Amino acid sequence: MSMTSILLLGSIAVPFLASILLFCGLPRSESFLHRIAYLAFGFPFVAGIILFFKFDPSCPGYCFEFLIERMGLHQLGITFHLGLNGVSSPLFAMAGIVGLGAGIAAIHSGADRLRLYLALLALMQSGLMGLFASVDLFFYYLFHEFALIPTFIMIGIWGGRDRRSISLEITIYLTLGALVSLCGLVALNAMVDSPKFDFPSLSAALAQTSLSATSSSTIFGLLLFGFGILVALFPFHTWAPRGYNAAPTSVSMLHAGVLKKFGLYGLIQIAAPLLPEAAMDWSQIILWLALGNVIVVGFVTLAQDNLKSMVGYGSVMHMGYCFLGIGACSALGAGSAVMLMCAHGLSVALMFLVGQFVYRRTGTYEMGEMGGLATRTPVLACFLVAATLATIGLPGFGNFWGEFGVFLSLGELAGNRFFLGLAALGIIISAIFGLRAVARVLYGSPSEEFSKHLEKNPAKDLSRVELLSSGVILAALTLIGLFPSLISERIDREIETRYEFFQEAQSSIGRPSCCPVEGEEKENSPIEQLNLQP
Amino acid sequence: MESYLQFSKDNLWIEIWPELTLALGAMVVLGLDLFGRRSPGSVRAGSFAIFFQFLLLIVHLLDYLLWHHTFDRESFSGMLAHGIQGDVIRTFFLLSSLLVSILAHRHNAVRNLRCSEFHHLTMLATAGLMILCQSQNFVLFFVALETVALCFYPLVAYNRECPKSLEGGIKYLIFGALSSTLLLFGVVLLYGVGSNPAEWGATWNGPAGQDALSFSYLAEFLAQNADHPMLRAGVVLIISGIAFKVGAAPFQIWVPDVYHGAPMPVTAFLSVSSKAAGFFVLLILVNGPLLGMQSFLLPLLGFVATFTIFFGNLAACAQRNLKRMLGLSGVAHAGYLLVAVMASMILPGESDRAVWVLFFYLFTYMLASFAVFGVMCVARTEDDAEHEFSDYENLAKKSPLLGISLVVGIASLAGIPPFAGFIGKVLLMSVAFETELYFSLGAMIIGVVISIYYYFGWIREICFHPRPVFEDDEPKKDAWEKVDDLGLLKPVLIALVVSSLVLGIWQGPFGDAF
Repeated sequence: MSMTSILLLGSIAVPFLASILLFCGLPRSESFLHRIAYLAFGFPFVAGIILFFKFDPSCPGYCFEFLIERMGLHQLGITFHLGLNGVSSPLFAMAGIVGLGAGIAAIHSGADRLRLYLALLALMQSGLMGLFASVDLFFYYLFHEFALIPTFIMIGIWGGRDRRSISLEITIYLTLGALVSLCGLVALNAMVDSPKFDFPSLSAALAQTSLSATSSSTIFGLLLFGFGILVALFPFHTWAPRGYNAAPTSVSMLHAGVLKKFGLYGLIQIAAPLLPEAAMDWSQIILWLALGNVIVVGFVTLAQDNLKSMVGYGSVMHMGYCFLGIGACSALGAGSAVMLMCAHGLSVALMFLVGQFVYRRTGTYEMGEMGGLATRTPVLACFLVAATLATIGLPGFGNFWGEFGVFLSLGELAGNRFFLGLAALGIIISAIFGLRAVARVLYGSPSEEFSKHLEKNPAKDLSRVELLSSGVILAALTLIGLFPSLISERIDREIETRYEFFQEAQSSIGRPSCCPVEGEEKENSPIEQLNLQP
Repeated sequence: MESYLQFSKDNLWIEIWPELTLALGAMVVLGLDLFGRRSPGSVRAGSFAIFFQFLLLIVHLLDYLLWHHTFDRESFSGMLAHGIQGDVIRTFFLLSSLLVSILAHRHNAVRNLRCSEFHHLTMLATAGLMILCQSQNFVLFFVALETVALCFYPLVAYNRECPKSLEGGIKYLIFGALSSTLLLFGVVLLYGVGSNPAEWGATWNGPAGQDALSFSYLAEFLAQNADHPMLRAGVVLIISGIAFKVGAAPFQIWVPDVYHGAPMPVTAFLSVSSKAAGFFVLLILVNGPLLGMQSFLLPLLGFVATFTIFFGNLAACAQRNLKRMLGLSGVAHAGYLLVAVMASMILPGESDRAVWVLFFYLFTYMLASFAVFGVMCVARTEDDAEHEFSDYENLAKKSPLLGISLVVGIASLAGIPPFAGFIGKVLLMSVAFETELYFSLGAMIIGVVISIYYYFGWIREICFHPRPVFEDDEPKKDAWEKVDDLGLLKPVLIALVVSSLVLGIWQGPFGDAF
């Protein structure tokens, strides 16, 4: 076993063991508790970064593999198999980074019953690392549940208003999604006769004996809607904003930033490349629903006065772009969706975190009651502006490359131009709500009540801990924005081999002759205009 | 004379030594109370029963693991069949009975119930269950079934001071008698046609003068006359009788009332051993004598399974009393298990995957159920029958061990990963896909989602902050005072929790069978 596979295993095992230690109530002193928690969130971060840079993009298949053959379900081909490939390695690193940010925020959150809070959050972190690191599809699902279940409990105990009913609602909703996607995975397992339950063996087995069109279409449908519920695809998104609104900040960060990428990752890495014909059949439906995310949820976001629910709705809206990338059914679309997933995970986590910083200083999430923070807390203002611009998808941040690629991929096929035009509208919508929020929070004169509040509790600028937690995430976000090749060269090879089928299918349809750059200019112009407004 | 000699040679008493020893132990438990001094005798009887059953379980496991009785064999002129499945079933019942005794030991002390008769009846019932699930002849089958039922009637009504318990006992008696009658009538129909095929227009190509109650004969006979109306009626009646035992719809109506009234350990016993016995028996029947009726039985069982899943889950949502809720959720579990029974009918061979999936599911169900009932035994509610959601408010904070055990038990019942119940559900889904039972599978998925409502509702009470108390609320007795001294229950609960967790991640010993 090499050093790197130990790092990979450790990034799951360390938070898990730390969580068990905390559950048992072992480190009794406060400072030791903090140290254990720092270890639990720091180790995955370090491991994620090291493995990200150690990853060799030219290596075929999975790197850093770790395998236990007999876990009990080996008759079903299920093994405990860890490893990273080009798609999972950036997401794995992203999970580590967001985890560190959320972890630091949680350690210093001063929450009631802090030990239990950190134990659950560490459990969640171990699940998140495991979900991107597992090659085996069953453990991929199992790790997702490891991360999902603590969120229900954490919302219930430390949540905001209506936490009892919201935690019940999201438990039922997400269990439905998880079960439907599990059903799709089990169907794959039962219907495809493959020695192992992972992508390479499944696709090898499918190449020999292909499934009937109806069953592959059904399996893809199960996976699409199962994952769709978990990712908040348009008609099934209602749980998300309410849930994020009620959840404690660290949980919102990890859930919206990392956990929600589970479904997209499954669709991009497994469902679409395994069942390409079915993916083509479903692509129109995906595109329409994704458009629902962008336009309908976008307009709902516009109407939000509460900063946290605006971020929540905004994150649901931006999931639409990832789905558009998947619906485009091309290597470019899928690759850009992965890029966007990484960037969005960081940016939405940063938004939630900075939102909480604002809340600490204002005592409210209602944007109407704030104002004029920029003069009092200039560093915080910088972070809020940066996070907002990243969310909008401004060049310089990772989100831009993701959204840009998605639009390009939509432009490739003449039939998808319609979606391209409407999706571009979304950029305007997110610019409006993002910049308006910045204006309302940071600028203008504070209301009377708020001034009184500020007199009593003068707003201090970011503390060192706050700087650390948000700085890590912002640094990563900027790094992706300035050097997108860091991620894209890792993604490219893997996606191209997995999406060969689509390339062939599209070239047989015939690419449009027009160059897609034209479309890109069209989308960018409104941002630049709006940029000047505040 | 020859035949008598043959008969006596076939009586391999050694093959049923666990049942015999258990019955003997039951007699000793009763005797302890008879000869010893009255008051301390009860406690002594309980301790003896627990120790005895623990020893028996260990010896049985050693016997099973050392000798590896992997071959199938018969004894008592084909009345009983022994094999690897039989040994697993015995292990299941012995473990379940041991856990019931441990629960009862605590429960009887808290509720001031007499001890020795309780353990006596439990052990006898278990011996009967073990015989029942190995029988290969309807005469023995029925006798064993009645032995079990007769032990259960007094057990349900054991708490004589409590009107609910008596009411439950009467209801169980009446419904149990009805189900036995249905089953018996079904057997009689099969026997009538089977012993005289020509009279009833049935065909039989084989040697005449066969025992028309033995499973092996009936298997071939039913296969040859699959669309004979009398036989079909008989089969439907037999299935109905068993559906009563497992609490499958439309014969589930007794479940909430009886579970509600019965003392807590008996509720656990009913919901684990009695239900499991019904499924083991059903497995033996549908893979043996009734296999010939496959095309007729599958739609019937499919309907029953779907109906059971929906009824159990929807009715459980409306309950405020936890014992009733658990009863109805048990009905829903019976529905899921019926899907496994159907799959085992479709899959070829007797020891197919579906059988082992069902066994695994039942084991996980047992571990989870006893964790839940074990904690409920500790609660000092005013009335043993009345356990409300609000009694469990903030339990996780009052007593972390009890809270965690209960949450793990509930989560495993709900099939939430990484607990063992989840693996059971995944395996069920897998065999359902393999046998293309899509409709039942869909019902199961919807059922599991509905079940989250009441299971999570309970977890919510246990873990989350309590509701604010209003001034005009009646002060409620805290059910969790003086519960620190758990005694034997403490290691047992820890063991149940750990095994639920371990089996959820690593299924080692079962792994090769799936």
